[in-house]
Amino acid sequence: MSEITLTINGQEVVAQEGQTVLEVAKAAGVDIPTLCNLPELVPSGACRLCTVEIEERGRKRLVASCVYPAEQGLKVETETPQVASGRRLVLELLMARAPGVKQLTEYGIRYGVDPRKFDDTDADMCILCGICVRYCAEVKGLNAIGFVGRGVDREVMFIPEIAAKECADCSECFRLCPTGVLPSNYGINRVPHFDFPPNSFCKP
Amino acid sequence: MPKLDSGAALESFRQSLQAAQEAQRPCVTICSGTGCHASRSDKVNAAFVEQLQAQGLADKVDIKRTGCHGFCELGTIVAILPQEVTYLQVKPEDVAEVVTTTLVEGGVVERLVYHDAVIGAIPREDDIPFYKPQTPLVFGQNRYIDPCDIDSYIVKGGYAALAKALFSMSPDEVLNEVKASELRGRGGGGFPTGAKWKTTKEAADPVKYVVVNADEGDPGAFMDRSLLEGNPHRVIEGLIIGAYAIGAHQGYVYVRQEYPIAVDNLTVALQQAREYGLLGDSVLGSGFSFDIAIHRGAGAFVSGESSALMAAIEGHVGEPRPKYVRTAVSGIYGHPTNLNNVETWATVPLIIENGSEWFRGIGTEGSKGTKIFSLVGKVKNTGLVEVPMGIPLRQVVFDIGGGIPKDRKFKAVQTGGPSGGVIPEKMIDVRVDFDDLSAAGSMMGSGGLIVMDEDTCMVDTARYYLNFLSEESCGKCVPCREGIYQMLGLLTAMCEGTSQPGDIERLEEISGVVKDFSLCALGTTAPNPVLSTLAHFRDEYEAHVNEKRCPAGVCKPLVNYYIDPDKCRACMLCFKECPAAAITGARREIHIIDQSKCTKCGACFDVCPSRYNAVARLSGVPVPEPVAAGTPVSPRKGGDDE
Repeated sequence: MSEITLTINGQEVVAQEGQTVLEVAKAAGVDIPTLCNLPELVPSGACRLCTVEIEERGRKRLVASCVYPAEQGLKVETETPQVASGRRLVLELLMARAPGVKQLTEYGIRYGVDPRKFDDTDADMCILCGICVRYCAEVKGLNAIGFVGRGVDREVMFIPEIAAKECADCSECFRLCPTGVLPSNYGINRVPHFDFPPNSFCKP
Repeated sequence: MPKLDSGAALESFRQSLQAAQEAQRPCVTICSGTGCHASRSDKVNAAFVEQLQAQGLADKVDIKRTGCHGFCELGTIVAILPQEVTYLQVKPEDVAEVVTTTLVEGGVVERLVYHDAVIGAIPREDDIPFYKPQTPLVFGQNRYIDPCDIDSYIVKGGYAALAKALFSMSPDEVLNEVKASELRGRGGGGFPTGAKWKTTKEAADPVKYVVVNADEGDPGAFMDRSLLEGNPHRVIEGLIIGAYAIGAHQGYVYVRQEYPIAVDNLTVALQQAREYGLLGDSVLGSGFSFDIAIHRGAGAFVSGESSALMAAIEGHVGEPRPKYVRTAVSGIYGHPTNLNNVETWATVPLIIENGSEWFRGIGTEGSKGTKIFSLVGKVKNTGLVEVPMGIPLRQVVFDIGGGIPKDRKFKAVQTGGPSGGVIPEKMIDVRVDFDDLSAAGSMMGSGGLIVMDEDTCMVDTARYYLNFLSEESCGKCVPCREGIYQMLGLLTAMCEGTSQPGDIERLEEISGVVKDFSLCALGTTAPNPVLSTLAHFRDEYEAHVNEKRCPAGVCKPLVNYYIDPDKCRACMLCFKECPAAAITGARREIHIIDQSKCTKCGACFDVCPSRYNAVARLSGVPVPEPVAAGTPVSPRKGGDDE
C-alpha cells in the first residue's frame, strides 16, 4: 500500500491508499458525525450524515465520506455551511421518525436543529441505520435480521425461522443499536418456537 | 436449420431467404405491440386467419404479426403489402370487408384508412402526418418483422453488422467506430457510450459483463418495451457486437417482469439465435464465444439504477450502492460491467453497418442520431415517435402529435419522467437533445414526453411524481426516504388546502438537501419535478398556499361547483347527471347543488350546455349562498326557455 497525502480542512494529512475519507479524518482527529458507520462493517453510505465537500480538479461536490476513497491531492472540507445545513435537515428528518434518540439529540445540539420541524405520526423509533442487519450478516454470518418493505415502509425485522434458533445465544446486535429499540423489536417479531397454545392454528 | 458457421454462410442463407420471397405475394401485417395488443390485435389476427380460409386465400396470402408501429392511438394497425395500404383501428368485424375489398378486389376500404382534415384519405402509412416528420432508423423495421421469427430479421439485413464486426473489424476498431459515432446513452444520463465501453474494456479483470438495461419504469414510457417486443434481435445483435468490442463472454438482459410480451419474445429470439450459431460457442464460427441470460426484474423502479440492477442480478435486494468506483470497473460480482439501455444497444448495429460518419450526420453538435420518444398525455396522436436529435419540441407536439385534443390550450411538456422537469409553453421551441433540454431545466431522460393542457395543475403534477418516487424509493438512505416523504406531505397539503405559509420555502429547503445528499440518482433527481414546476409555475403554488385556490380547478378539496341562479334555465341535465344526487331542482325551478353531498366530480360542469354556462367551478372564493329551494327561473329577456 502506498502513502498518499490529502488536505482535510486545510490540514495536510498522510493516509494509506484504500482508506476512506472518513477513516483518514478520524485518524487525524477530525470529528465527522455518523450514524450507520461501524468500523468492523462494510460502510453502506445510508445515513448520509458523514457527507463532506471534496474538491477534485477544481470541481467541488458533496460525497459520503464513509465510502469515498481517499485519493492523492484530494481537498476535503468537513463543515462547510452547505454540509452543516444538510446535516441539520437530515437530523431533523430522522427526528420525526425517531424522536428522543440520544445520538440524534447530541448531534442535533451541534447542528442547531429544530426537533419538531417535521411531524410524523408513524414514528417508530428505528432510524434504519442497518447496523444490526449488516452485523448479523457480515460478522455473525447468520442473517437472522433483515430489512422488509421499501421507502418509508422499510422496517427492520427478525427472520423468525432463523431468529428463533440463533438469537437467544447471541443478541450481540442489541448493544450496537443506536436507538436502543432493537430488543423490543426482537420481542415483538420473534416467533416463540415451542410455546404455541395447544389448539393454535399457527402451530408449526 | 444448420448452424451458421461463417459470415459467408449467413450471407448465403440471407440470399436464399430473399430468393424464396415473392415480391408481389400479398402479406397482411398485423401490429402486435402492447398498444395494439390492448386493442385486441390477437382477435384481429384470428379473424384474418378465418377470413382468408373462408374466402379461399389461405395459401395465397401470408399473415405476419409484427412489432409496434408507433401509432398506438389508432390501433390495431393492419398493413397490407405490397400495396402498403394501412388500416387503423381495425376490429375483428372489419376483417371480412378488408379481405374482400383489398385482397380480392384490390381496392381500399376508405373508412379504415387515415383521414386528414386537409388532405383527406391517406392509405400509405408513411404519408400520415404522424409519421412524416419521423426518422425511424432504430424503430422502423418493427413493422416488417415478426419478432418471433429470426428469418424475418435476417432477410431484412439482420446480423450483417455483427458479421462485419466479427470478420472485418478488430474489437478495437469496433470500439473506435462507436466512439467516433459520438453515441450517447439513451437511458437518460447521456453518457458517451464509447467512453463507457473503453473503461470496461481497459479494466484489468479478464472477466467482463455486458448488460441490457430494460428496466424501463418512468410513468408513460414504453420505448424500450416496444423495441424488445418488436425487434429483439436488433438488441441482441447490438449486445453481441458490444461484447466483442469489450471482450465480454456473458451478457444479461435485465427486463421487467411486467413486460410479459417482451420477456416471451426475447426468450424465443435468444433460443433462435443460439440455434443459428449467433450465440454460444464461437459466434458465427469466429472463435468469439458469447451468450446472454435473461434476468427478470421483480418490479422496483430503483432497479433501473445500474448498481441496484447489478445487485439484483447477483441475487441481492435491488438497492443501489455508492458508485465512487464505477460499475464499468466493478460491477456484477465485482467484475467490470458495461451497462447500456435497450435503445443504445439497438443503435449499435446501425453504426457498425453504416459507419460513424453517417451516424454523426444526424442530430446536433452534442447529440447524434435519433431518439425514440413516447408521446403521451393530452395530445391527439399518442404513440411512439422516432425523431432526429435537435427537432424542435413544438414540431413533436403539434406536427407529429397533432396538438391538444378538444382544442384546449397547451401548457407544458414533462420530459425525462420523474427525474426530469417541465418545459412550459414559452420554451416550446427548445431543441430536443441532451444539452438543450438540460439547459431548459429539464432532461432528456429515457424519452418520455407527457403533454399537459390548461386543465393540468402543476402542484398536483409534482405531487403525482413525488408520490411515485416515495413508493419507489428503496429506503436505504435518509434524505431520499424521509425527504421525499416529507415533500409529498407538503405537496399533498397544498392540494388539499391545508398548507401553511412558508411551505413553499420548506419544500425548497428539503429539495436542496435531497438533491445534494442522496445516495443514488433516484434521490438526487427526485426534487426535479418540484423544482422545475416551481421555476415555471410558482404562481400556482402560491395560489394553493396563500389563497387555497387551484387555478386549473384540479385539486378537488380546493374546488366547489355552484349553479349561478341568474343563468340556470332549469333544464334538468345536471340534475340527471349528478351521480351523488347532490342537485335539487325541478322543471322551471333553479337547480341547487348541496355542497355537503357534492363529490366534486365535475359532471354538472361538463353537461351544462355552453349556451347557459350556468355551472361555475369556483376555487379560492366562498360559495355564494344558494337561492331558496323552489325559486322559479327568471324569465329570459327576449327569448324563450330552452
